[in-house]
Amino acid sequence: MSVGTVEDHAEHHGVELSPEQQVKANRFGLWLFFISEIFLFTALLVARFFLWGNTRPELNQVVGLIATSVLLISSFFVYRGETAIEHGDKKRFMSNFLWAALFGTLFFIGVVVLEWNIFGLSGEIAGIEIFGTLKPTDGVFGGVFFAMTGIHALHVLSGILLLLAAWYNGRKNNYSATDNWGVEGTALYWHYVDVVWVFFYPALYLIGTAV
Amino acid sequence: MKTLKYWLISGYTKGLIGMAIFYALGFYLIQAMRNASGAEYDPNPGVMIGAIFSVIGFLLFAGVLTDWLKWIVGKRPPLKHGPPQGRPEWTRYINVDNNHKVIGIQYGITGLFVFLVGGLFALTFRLELSQPGMQFLTYKGYNTLFSAHGIVMIVSILLGVGAMSNYLVPLMVGASDMPFPRLNAFSYWVSIPPIVLVLAAMVVGGWDTGWVGYPTLSLRGAIGTQLFLLGFYLFGFSSIASSINIIATVAFMRAPGMSLFRMPIFVWGALSAALIQLTATQTVGISLLLSVMERSFGMTFFDPAAGGQPILYQHLFWFYSHPVVYVFVLPGLGVISELLPVFARKTLFGYKWIALSSLGIALVGFLVWAHHMFVSGMADSLRIPFMVTTLFVAIPTGVKFFSWVATLWEGKISFETPMLFVLGAISVFLIGGITGPILGTIPSDMPLHDSYWIVGHFHATMFGGFVFPYFAAIYYWYPKVTGRMYNEKLGKLHFWLMVPGFWVMSFGQMSAGIAGMRRRIADYDPALGVTGTQILITIAAFVIAWSVIIFVYNLIASARRAPMTNPNPWRSRAPEWQTASPVPELNYDETFEVVGGPYDYGKGTPAYVNMHPAAVPGD
Repeated sequence: MSVGTVEDHAEHHGVELSPEQQVKANRFGLWLFFISEIFLFTALLVARFFLWGNTRPELNQVVGLIATSVLLISSFFVYRGETAIEHGDKKRFMSNFLWAALFGTLFFIGVVVLEWNIFGLSGEIAGIEIFGTLKPTDGVFGGVFFAMTGIHALHVLSGILLLLAAWYNGRKNNYSATDNWGVEGTALYWHYVDVVWVFFYPALYLIGTAV
Repeated sequence: MKTLKYWLISGYTKGLIGMAIFYALGFYLIQAMRNASGAEYDPNPGVMIGAIFSVIGFLLFAGVLTDWLKWIVGKRPPLKHGPPQGRPEWTRYINVDNNHKVIGIQYGITGLFVFLVGGLFALTFRLELSQPGMQFLTYKGYNTLFSAHGIVMIVSILLGVGAMSNYLVPLMVGASDMPFPRLNAFSYWVSIPPIVLVLAAMVVGGWDTGWVGYPTLSLRGAIGTQLFLLGFYLFGFSSIASSINIIATVAFMRAPGMSLFRMPIFVWGALSAALIQLTATQTVGISLLLSVMERSFGMTFFDPAAGGQPILYQHLFWFYSHPVVYVFVLPGLGVISELLPVFARKTLFGYKWIALSSLGIALVGFLVWAHHMFVSGMADSLRIPFMVTTLFVAIPTGVKFFSWVATLWEGKISFETPMLFVLGAISVFLIGGITGPILGTIPSDMPLHDSYWIVGHFHATMFGGFVFPYFAAIYYWYPKVTGRMYNEKLGKLHFWLMVPGFWVMSFGQMSAGIAGMRRRIADYDPALGVTGTQILITIAAFVIAWSVIIFVYNLIASARRAPMTNPNPWRSRAPEWQTASPVPELNYDETFEVVGGPYDYGKGTPAYVNMHPAAVPGD
């Protein structure tokens, strides 16, 4: 079962992709992955509406709103960074991606430390309790809330790692105005994770009566 | 001795070592954290994190992630092509390799191995069922065996689909490889640790839920259940990654002149299957993951005792698990449509209709899942709509049958082994197809649901839709892959044992079902009067098993024959038969051009492909 040799690679082959076509294929592949993930997040939304119906748990609206704003602002920095590298401005790209990673991390901390309250803290700022009280074991409210925020937080975490990887590759001079698929792909992914939260936030915090 | 050495340093060995190390790491990390916080002993969280870690460990140690990790730290390793340096050529099949043909063969051999394991499980409990009362299995052992038979066979079929799609799709559209070769290697290698996890689940308590893993049984079962759910879940990564590659190959790498309706028809089947795998896999993934989380962290989704809804699991589960049977059969039906014109020396009847019927089956397949739940207690208002959509599936399927019959009509048919298996597939798929609407109709589903009738129907669709066409495909493309012809006599013997064996098995299962035999039950009342039928089914199962052994022997023995002299033994018009066998590393000497229809046999029209188009200026 041999599949031949490769000495004559230069001339002997079927259809191959030019670098420009490869980037197009990459973009297409990433969008296919997004389509796939739509089904994951939709399934979670289905679980939310199936199990919660027209109710929702009592959640901290201030923390939810601030965390959402922080995440949306991070997308702004990602967009600025991407535009900068397309204009060959490496320095501005790198600083913007770092800001985006920082805001992403803030959102992640907001979810894990404040809403999940994994350290079991309590405390008030301006008379508002900022640490969550819902536990994963609190029936379907706890289960669905932790599953949805958890799976989204995993995507945020992987997005932060991608942002940092893109930043590091920028430091190593791997991107230019014409060759920057790594930046574009990271930015697309980050925006996508953001958009998912735009659907999750109302489903968890706004729709239905708090009980 | 040398061979053993190469196996010991192969990707499999390294991966399994990494898997064991990372599993222990994850498991004991969680256990230590739980001990520190004074939690009660519960192996579930540790097993969950251990299993997820173990996949990462396998991939890291096998070397699948190496290039990506290098990217992260700013290096740009070039894509490795060609056979390994300083090692025998065959070792590329047991190591990480990026060539789509190598990956296709890896899929095929792994799939065949898993198929034999699953068959062995079936023979074991089939022997138990040949008499009422319990002979040599315990109830628990029976439950684990039939559950494992289900999931292991599904995995083996998905691997078989991966084998055909990976090997054939780039070859048929004229590409040199897939657009994302590293992702392609990932999708094969990530399928190995889940197989290990599922087999391991059998020895740590097994599980009783069948392959469907319904709560609440799955939430309360032994720790084996947890491993099974995780193995099933993690296998999904393989399906999704591989489907992205197949769709992108069809979208970007077709040869000049190959419009969508001039692709070999198999590509349409593979494409439709990939579309399902891409999307639906996520919903079964989340239903399994939620079950695992419910077991591990005391969260509630499905357990009604804490306010959950078991029906939700079934909806999410069947939203994937019904369409996935079309993932199995669409490539299989594609093989039937691909091979019939070659052996009937006639044009494929209604190419466009066949192509679109594949897509049609894939789309309608998304709208029928709740027909698995007619007796589950779901909302009554869902029943009639799902009955109607289910019966719609018969329309595109019928299109395929009429096309096959019309293609055979007045053809110059020859009966080599691949053609025999194609005809066998049509006959068996007809049995499976016709018994479908009976189950899709609510009044007749009520008494038949959970009976052996369903077992008969399901096995007929799987054998007719996948197993027979897959055997046909292996015989048909064996000379392409190896450059050697298989043994025709043994191939025919395989067929003439398997087809009657299967007919007996299928009709036997259905008649036992009508007589009142339940499915997924270790024992039955002798008063049902099905003992004779059960013995017949068992004998038939063993006949099929023998025929498969002959098949495996044929594959191995024929690889040692002299290389064949005829480069195109089937006189096929398809492009893959116009290049050398075995296929060169990058498939074709030059990019060919499509100049005719793919199946214009016996018309005297121009060839399908022009292998040596005049050089394009600037190329």
